[in-house]
Amino acid sequence: MKNSRRTFIKLAGIAAAGLAVAPKKVLASGGGHAPVKVNATASHAKHWAMVVDTTKLHTAEAIDELAKVCHHIHNVPSIEGKKEVKWLWHDSYGHSFPEQENPHLAEEVHERVFPLLCNHCENPPCVRVCPTKATFQRPDGIVAMDYHRCIGCRYCMAGCPYGSRSFNWGDPRLNLDLANLNPEFPTRMRGVVEKCNFCVERLAVGKKPACVEASNGAMFFGDLKDPDSEVRKVLREKFTIRRKPSAGTEPSVYYII
Amino acid sequence: MYNGFAIVAGLVIFFAMLTAPFALGTMTKQYKEPELKLPVNEKECIESTEYMRTNHMQLLNEWRDWALRDGKRTYTNHAGKEFSISLQNTCMKCHVSKADFCDKCHNDAGVSPYCWDCHVQPEGLK
Repeated sequence: MKNSRRTFIKLAGIAAAGLAVAPKKVLASGGGHAPVKVNATASHAKHWAMVVDTTKLHTAEAIDELAKVCHHIHNVPSIEGKKEVKWLWHDSYGHSFPEQENPHLAEEVHERVFPLLCNHCENPPCVRVCPTKATFQRPDGIVAMDYHRCIGCRYCMAGCPYGSRSFNWGDPRLNLDLANLNPEFPTRMRGVVEKCNFCVERLAVGKKPACVEASNGAMFFGDLKDPDSEVRKVLREKFTIRRKPSAGTEPSVYYII
Repeated sequence: MYNGFAIVAGLVIFFAMLTAPFALGTMTKQYKEPELKLPVNEKECIESTEYMRTNHMQLLNEWRDWALRDGKRTYTNHAGKEFSISLQNTCMKCHVSKADFCDKCHNDAGVSPYCWDCHVQPEGLK
């Protein structure tokens, strides 16, 4: 058969028509298949925020109890001393709110200890300084870590004004109770920075963060941009402060004093 | 040709040695795919066997970004069935043994993916 332009165009037309009716499998192998969506059961918010009622939750024992729950479900190793890894911990008023301290503070408030965690700032310095975008801000305000990308440079630790990040100096698995591991959540490896993730993996299935659930109503969680949400209701009614306002990071964790 | 015999003999020996690994390897031993322990209760993976065999690494790579960075944790396969995106909670719920499934091919192929530095294998950590 003579190869004329006319026969070529005919064949090309037939081939194009064939593609239109080709089975899905053939097309899929060509890539461009991105069949993903958000979980049907996931909770959504424009900006997640937390309010801690420190009139109800202010003892080291109660906070340690919540930390235990958090650290268990996220396989956080327990290490004493300078190499400690922590997602949720407690500290005194002076250390939690250094700018808001005064020498004549109400004694009862001064003696309280405060639960501390990653503030999931609206303007997070850690995200700005991370050279690999391993730490990033999700559209719902959560400052998340992608441990696959973390190179362990610790710029984020230098950038965070709240000391909310921990570095894994050694293999974290050496300090984990391997018999009592949560098999649903990964561990981390040596040489990465880790921190609280506002329980994104629980929000994705419609649950509240573990500490909020275990706090017996002393912590509130919800959408800061929704005027009818639980956190907004609490923030409207009670006086709250946030940590280190002069740092300009706009934390999403509020404390009722 | 000066020293013709020595040159030809030398060339023959040289090519024999050059092709020896191929000759010995392909003639005497045939590569056999390792026998995997397949899941007992499930007959079908999230995609076809051929697709998984050639593409599972790309798929896992995409899965981790979809779940972690995009927050999209539901995967719809080509047949329209939905799966939750998770190595530990979806893949390893069927493939209940890393040693009997992942390691067999990976050891043969000489690849050591670092998934397991963080993710917990179904056997648990020792």
